[in-house]
Amino acid sequence: MEALIALLIGVLTTCGVYLLLRGRTFPVVLGLTFLSYAVNLFLFAMGRLAIGQPPVIGTGLPGYTDPLPQALVLTAIVIGFAMTAFVIMLALKARAELGNDHVDGKDGE
Amino acid sequence: MNHLVIAPILLPLIAGIVLLLLRHLDINPRRGFSLAMVVGQIVLAAGLLRAVGGGDILVYALGDWPAPYGIVLVADRLSAWMLLITAVLALFALLYASRGIDVGTSADAGDSPGKRAGDGHFHVLFQLQLMGLNGAFLTGDLFNLFVFFEVLLLASYGLVLHGGGRLKTRAGLHYVVLNLAGSSLFLIAVGTLYGLFGTLNMADLAVRMAAVSPENLGPARAAGLLLFGVFALKAALLPLYLWLPAAYAQTSAPVAALFAIMTKVGAYSILRVSTLIFGAEAGGVSALIEPWLLPLALLTLMIGLLGALAARFLREQAAYLVIASVGSLLTAFALASPAGIAAGLYYLPHSVFIGAALFLLADRIAVSRNLAGDAIGDHIGDHFQPAPTMAGAALLGGLFFVSAILAAGLPPLSGFVGKFLLLRAALEHPDAAWIIGLVLLGGLLGMIALARSGSLLFFRSLPPPRVVPVATGAVVAWPALLPIFGLLALCIGLTLAAGPIHAYVSATAEQLLQPYHYVHAVLGGRP
Repeated sequence: MEALIALLIGVLTTCGVYLLLRGRTFPVVLGLTFLSYAVNLFLFAMGRLAIGQPPVIGTGLPGYTDPLPQALVLTAIVIGFAMTAFVIMLALKARAELGNDHVDGKDGE
Repeated sequence: MNHLVIAPILLPLIAGIVLLLLRHLDINPRRGFSLAMVVGQIVLAAGLLRAVGGGDILVYALGDWPAPYGIVLVADRLSAWMLLITAVLALFALLYASRGIDVGTSADAGDSPGKRAGDGHFHVLFQLQLMGLNGAFLTGDLFNLFVFFEVLLLASYGLVLHGGGRLKTRAGLHYVVLNLAGSSLFLIAVGTLYGLFGTLNMADLAVRMAAVSPENLGPARAAGLLLFGVFALKAALLPLYLWLPAAYAQTSAPVAALFAIMTKVGAYSILRVSTLIFGAEAGGVSALIEPWLLPLALLTLMIGLLGALAARFLREQAAYLVIASVGSLLTAFALASPAGIAAGLYYLPHSVFIGAALFLLADRIAVSRNLAGDAIGDHIGDHFQPAPTMAGAALLGGLFFVSAILAAGLPPLSGFVGKFLLLRAALEHPDAAWIIGLVLLGGLLGMIALARSGSLLFFRSLPPPRVVPVATGAVVAWPALLPIFGLLALCIGLTLAAGPIHAYVSATAEQLLQPYHYVHAVLGGRP
């Protein structure tokens, strides 16, 4: 499972960075979203991967899973969500004011 | 537990919420309320400074959860110093904004005049920005540092765009995307540290970092350097400075003035993390950042001043001077000696105030030149081109002269004191020749750049237009110039009170270089 998660995070990050470097605002926004997905998964995995374990410590339990990364990831998701909404609005505003969707406002390409 | 510690975060938060609720009210009561709240923050910061001046470290455990499990706020000398600088700067930026920029019809070279974008939200965003700044300076928890960074960034996105205009939107888009990418890197660094050590409390991290096992050394170093990369992006260190000139030169003047503190948040974080977590007692990861920091800081200083030499208008020049000041500041921090850090902490308020004063002054000069230039059909602003003599040239020129002396670090004002302290601290460093040489060369370049812009703006003027367009009173009105006078007076105050201030920042540097006290205050029993 570790290998699968690592691969998933790696692929998401690669796609995110590639799209982030594109010249149009839409791929850039998608790239940021991919990147934040990768980061959320990464944060989540940092509490170690465990299946079927309770998030509390108690006697007679086989073990526990760390609840803190889940709280961290929840915060990161909320912030990432708000940021994505904001950057989409900004991209639309830039599209309207600059007349095209290039990040530099130049309709080259 | 001393509730004073959390007050600088709560006050702007409450002020922001109240201002949001009152947004339909007339602008004047809202201005007054916002200004009163900023004055309140100055009082709180001064109170906190007095409380920690003796060397106490105040710890505030939120919800009274003990330290490594709960979230703590920590006020030491450094935090209180940063809080006071922020609050004072905010007062003058807000005073200037209250001249009309806060309602969205900005007077500067926006190309969509009369558009009332973001009307009613300037003061809300301003207060939330202050909340983020204060929180970042007070928090003792790495994840909370991330959250407060996001708060101040989200507010700053709104402020950058305030007033509208094509250039602002373009610069704002770059600024937002770059900072979002930076936030992702920040989270990766935080996640790695949590995965390795199971804690995000900075004091607890310091303890565990000192006992890091050899097989975890690699990831720990990677996380530390990643954190450094993120803070370097916020501080606009050399390869990561490209976002700053466009964003600062295009946004409205009071926002640019407030942003003079934003790069210093990055510098503060570098200082805090490098002394506390990666300090001398951190075993295998000690002095992780310093070997990178010194050359990059010196190069940043050079690039900033070359940019200032090549700038096409005054606002752009001021933005490049902000980059140069970050270079000087981080050079001082990179010395990692008590004298070096003290020099940096003395230079910090000076560079913040003078940076802000230059942005505000550039705005005044642009307004004044436009009034004269409009008569010949030329909307010239603060571009370095000959234009008819501006209204109030003598007064604005005098202010520019004093600002230039301060910014270039010429005697007898505070820029010189800061540079002198930095050079004296550099003498003990093995690479003293490089540091002293480049800092002195930087001073020369800064002087040439400012002398050039001053002579282009004030001396190479065309004959005045036959039709004198407006009364000069509107341009050199005292309320508009008051914040600039105030900021310059603060710099002169820094010069006059250099003795006591240097004693305070030296004590701060001592405190930072003994992270044991910080760790003990946070972890060693409940307050």
